[in-house]
Order: sequence, then structure tokens, then C-alpha cells
Amino acid sequence: MHELPITQHIIELADKHCRDNNGSRVVKVNLVIGDYSGYVGESVQMYFDVISEGTLCEGAKCEIEHVEPKTRCTRCGRLFKRQLLSFECPYCGGEGEPTDIGKEFYIDSIEIE
Amino acid sequence: MHDIRKIDLQEGILDQNDHIAEHVREHMSDHGILVVNEMGAPGVGKTTTLKNIFKHMSLKPYVIEGDIESDLDTVDLKNLGVEAHQINTYGACHLDAPMIEHATHHIPFDEPGIMFIENIGNLVCPAEFTIGEHVLMLVSTVTEGSDKPYKYPLAFEKADIIILNKVDLIPYLDFDEDFYMKGIRALNKDVPVFKVSGRTGEGFEEVAAWLEAKANALEVHEHHHEEPDHHYE
Repeated sequence: MHELPITQHIIELADKHCRDNNGSRVVKVNLVIGDYSGYVGESVQMYFDVISEGTLCEGAKCEIEHVEPKTRCTRCGRLFKRQLLSFECPYCGGEGEPTDIGKEFYIDSIEIE
Repeated sequence: MHDIRKIDLQEGILDQNDHIAEHVREHMSDHGILVVNEMGAPGVGKTTTLKNIFKHMSLKPYVIEGDIESDLDTVDLKNLGVEAHQINTYGACHLDAPMIEHATHHIPFDEPGIMFIENIGNLVCPAEFTIGEHVLMLVSTVTEGSDKPYKYPLAFEKADIIILNKVDLIPYLDFDEDFYMKGIRALNKDVPVFKVSGRTGEGFEEVAAWLEAKANALEVHEHHHEEPDHHYE
């Protein structure tokens, strides 16, 4: 549900940057979305196609790079994907702590013509 | 065929929200108001928590109530003489910074105090949006189960204070407190966890004291003219 207003905002940003760079239309929007960002890439994609109508993004491709969340072990320092209901490091059994990997939510680039 | 050009942006999609949130935070600091963003799942006792905290506060409370629909909680608080303002999102699952900025224009901040923003009942989306708070207060309950830090890590990771409500029900539940605390400590080393009961009122005096200490330590956002430092070692 909350992807709708945020997709609207993505289209506005892409439109603005397209105009600022004297483009006539946006061909592609490249997004980076971490799995812990709280945003579902597929929903963004779905809304994008619907609400880009009539904007410079109409017909543009919305490409999403997903990032898998990583936990860092406080003992051995290695990054790992945590198991359900656990923060334990699979390499040394130490305790994992959260990192920012997987929380990404940004427009990496746009392609315009 | 037109040339296709690639424009590198690396622009955060929430940058605008975060910018407005920063503005709200500074504005409230200038008024001597500590902003507390209260989040928790539906039914954890967010309004009850506020009412219990107010009983032990000496500073003035202000409230922004976020609900999808209805103003029941706001009416409830107004009847207690609390300065409360309602935001209805009509379907949206969280409050964002522009909503709060708008709402603050309707509240007369006549004296320093604490503004509580009761977010939409939801353990997911509100954690992703900063709305101008100094303190993110998470209300969690023993009835939700001890696995919640593992299932909703972001909310527990971002919290500045965690309230564990309904502890009077522990004898009737299989709540594993060690497992719950282990999850919290993995995500958030230093966050204080207060055990309370909205029904008996236990534990809220400590919560109010913690929040008021934060409010009293607020740094007013102003440009200091540095005095020469005479404290030479």
C-alpha cells in the first residue's frame, strides 16, 4: 500500500532530473531497494507503470536492484545472512549486529533521451 | 533514434521527508519541546501508555494522534484536558514528516514540554519514516510474543526506548523474556526497556522520568557566540 505515494515521488524526481538535463523523456529508472527498506520492488514496479502515464516517465522501464540484508558478527567481523529467529553467526557462533546493508532505498540513475 | 544519456543520481527517495523531519525537529527544539514518536502494533496500548505517562509528568504534554480513521483517542485525551490534535490518513499506514509539519501549525506551543506523536498502529512502516522525533518510543507487549524483535528487527533496532506492556499478564502466557531481551540486545545494545502494565499503572513513573530527563536535556538550536575558554589545563 505505501508504495503508491513513494512511487509518485520517484516519478516526480525522475521527471525533474530529465527536464533539468534537457531530456524529452525518461527511458529507464534504475532503483536500488534493500529487502529491509520496507519497500516491495514489485509493488513499486506495478504502480510505476500505472501512474507514470502522462509524465515524462510514461513507457519507461523501472529496473530494480535488490539488496539482501546482511548482519555483521561482533566477534569475527564477517557478514552473514541471518537465520529466522536468530542473530547467531554461522561461522563462529558469535552474536550478529545489524548493518545498513539491505536498507538501501534510492534512485541510482535515470536514462533519458 | 535519439541518443540515450545516463544521469547518475544516487538520490535517496526519502531525502525530502528526512529534510522536513530535520526542520520539524529543530523547530520543536527551539520551542523547548521534546518530540516522541510512539509506534507499536494495533492494540498494544499506545493511547493507554500515553495516559499513564501523563499521570507522572510535570512538563506539559502535547499529542498528535495518527489514525487511519476516527478521532476516538483524540476525544478521549481532550476530555482529560490534554492538548491533542488528530491526523487521519484514510488508508495510509504511517505518518510522514510533511503531515507532522502541517499539524504542528495547529498546536499552540505556549510552554516547553513533550509532544507525543501516536503513530498508526503498525510495526513495519512507521519505523522507516522519521517524522521529526527526538525519541522513537516502541510499545511492545508480552501478548505479542517474545519473537517480535526477530520478526520486526527494524522497529527494535531504531527504538530509543522500549516499553514492554501488559506484564501483569505474564503468569498466563508463555512469554520467554530471555529470548525477547536477547533479540533486542543483538539489535540495540543500549536501549532502555521498561516493563509496565497499562492496567495496574506499574512502571510508568520510570518511563515519565526518563522522558522528562531527555526533555530537560534538549539543546536549543541557536548560534552560540563562543566565549573564550579560560579553563586551561
